[in-house]
Amino acid sequence: MTTVTQTPPPVPLPTAPSPHRRTSRMVVARRKEVAALVIPSLIPILVFSVVPLVNGVYLAFTEATLSRNSSSAFTGFGQFRKLAGDQLFLDSFKIGMIWAVSVTVLQLLAGLGLALLLNANLRFQNLTRLLALIPWAMPPVVVAIMWKMLYNPNSGPVNGVVRLVEPGFALDWLGSFGTALPAAIVVGVWVGMPQTSITLLAGLQQIPDELVEAAEVDGAGSWQRFLHVSLPALRPVMTSITSLNFIWNFNSFGLVYVLTEGGPGGQTMLPMLFAYNEAFKYRDIAYAAAMGNVMVLVVVALLMFYLWTQFRAERD
Amino acid sequence: MATRTSPVTKGAQYVALAGYMLFLGFPLFYLLMASLKTTQQLASLDVWIFPRTLAWSNFSEALASQGIIRSTLNTLVVSLATTLVVTAVSLPAAYAMARFRGRLRLVGTGYILVSQVFPVILIIIPLFLILRTINLNDSLVGLTLVYVTFCLPFALWMLQGFVAAIPVSLEEAAAMDGASRFTMLRTVVFPLLVPGTVATAMFTFVSAWNEFFFALVLLQSPDNFTLSRSLALFVGAEGQVRLGPLAAGAVLASIPSLVFFAILQRRLTGGLLSGAVKG
Repeated sequence: MTTVTQTPPPVPLPTAPSPHRRTSRMVVARRKEVAALVIPSLIPILVFSVVPLVNGVYLAFTEATLSRNSSSAFTGFGQFRKLAGDQLFLDSFKIGMIWAVSVTVLQLLAGLGLALLLNANLRFQNLTRLLALIPWAMPPVVVAIMWKMLYNPNSGPVNGVVRLVEPGFALDWLGSFGTALPAAIVVGVWVGMPQTSITLLAGLQQIPDELVEAAEVDGAGSWQRFLHVSLPALRPVMTSITSLNFIWNFNSFGLVYVLTEGGPGGQTMLPMLFAYNEAFKYRDIAYAAAMGNVMVLVVVALLMFYLWTQFRAERD
Repeated sequence: MATRTSPVTKGAQYVALAGYMLFLGFPLFYLLMASLKTTQQLASLDVWIFPRTLAWSNFSEALASQGIIRSTLNTLVVSLATTLVVTAVSLPAAYAMARFRGRLRLVGTGYILVSQVFPVILIIIPLFLILRTINLNDSLVGLTLVYVTFCLPFALWMLQGFVAAIPVSLEEAAAMDGASRFTMLRTVVFPLLVPGTVATAMFTFVSAWNEFFFALVLLQSPDNFTLSRSLALFVGAEGQVRLGPLAAGAVLASIPSLVFFAILQRRLTGGLLSGAVKG
């Protein structure tokens, strides 16, 4: 059963039997093998992921509710018309955009800074790398609980530091209109920065040393080396991690759900929280599915635009 | 790298590094300290970072309250079952993805990407309906099924990277010796894949252990709650929350993930990214 595709047979025998028949039998045998290897993975993915996904997209075109005897007959675009006139949803979408864009951009900048430091010849690098795993590893619910304590108006260390300059300061960061979203964004950056910087670090380490050294011989300072050597070489990695971060951030749920539950007054109501409430609090699953569909369309459109600009920039 | 850096730059770099270490490490340090503070200290304006008196009782109180032990067992069972199934099922498929390139790989990678773009709300609603008809919503079996499905793509991605790193020539040599595909897999490929498989298994375990959204939607009865679900309940009743035991519970819930990630450190930088960067 030497069916490894990459290797041509060493010596083609001149007296081989009809090559057509032989390959076709080999192809069949190989297909069987592949099927046996792949099917155990394929079944759960089809049954519990692909089928529900298709069904979920479809539900947006019905009037289904969570109750057991609800009908899921096709009723057209009614849910989407309702969405277009729903100011609360439009607000939530705007908040989701502010959240996803700020978190993604800050993650990239902070992650790039950390990656450059980890790539420079400094001490304490192993310790920093270990510390960088903390936000990545911790359960999102615990992260939210922890930051709620950090932001606690009375005993929280954030206000404790401010009180050194301004005694009596007791701002409820997560509970006040102006500060809730920025405070949540800081937590989002904290959670996602490590993965970004580890990815960028891997990209930096793939840049050949000779390239950097050559630039140095040519008299380039460290800033110029970064600008003209590291940054262009890092571009593909930056593009892919930014795209992924944006998707993850736009679809994020658990962290903000525990931090603020969308409050105060809907100031941190990300689209996923909104859709979750519609589906499982108000039992309107068709409406929630319509929101999900709109979210996918917007994310895909934005991604395509972003990737298009990146590829254009790379070609130039 | 042997590039020159001026002492001023060096100094600035260390300052920046210290800033990062503080930002990354301080929250966990604060949580650890809070888990040892008395509830009085946590409820007061006292922001002294260290506990005035060590309140180890926070931990016993956390374990005694809200069925935390029960939730810990539930989380453990679900995470272990998920890890076992995902590993068993993804190993052969990852092998096929890495070795029989072409259409299979394209479809596999495509699916992994698509599964990232769609918000989980679109999947969880029909999934909830399906599981309800077979009476598996609000059950740990149902939750495990969901976790298996959602951990599979990533496990496949990681594992196929590890398979691709094994030289094909080793397999060819075994085939020359007349080994069947199955024997070859068992004696040549799988033993070499052990480190990669362990890393993937740990990653799967942590993903299941940390998961919150599906547990929130599916689990209704407190007897079935996972740790994340129980801890989130603590937060809900704000004001009456006893912060000390809450911090202690949060610390306990993070231990498995933190330990596994510390072990995984090397693999995470290598393994995940070989897939991410090289495609």
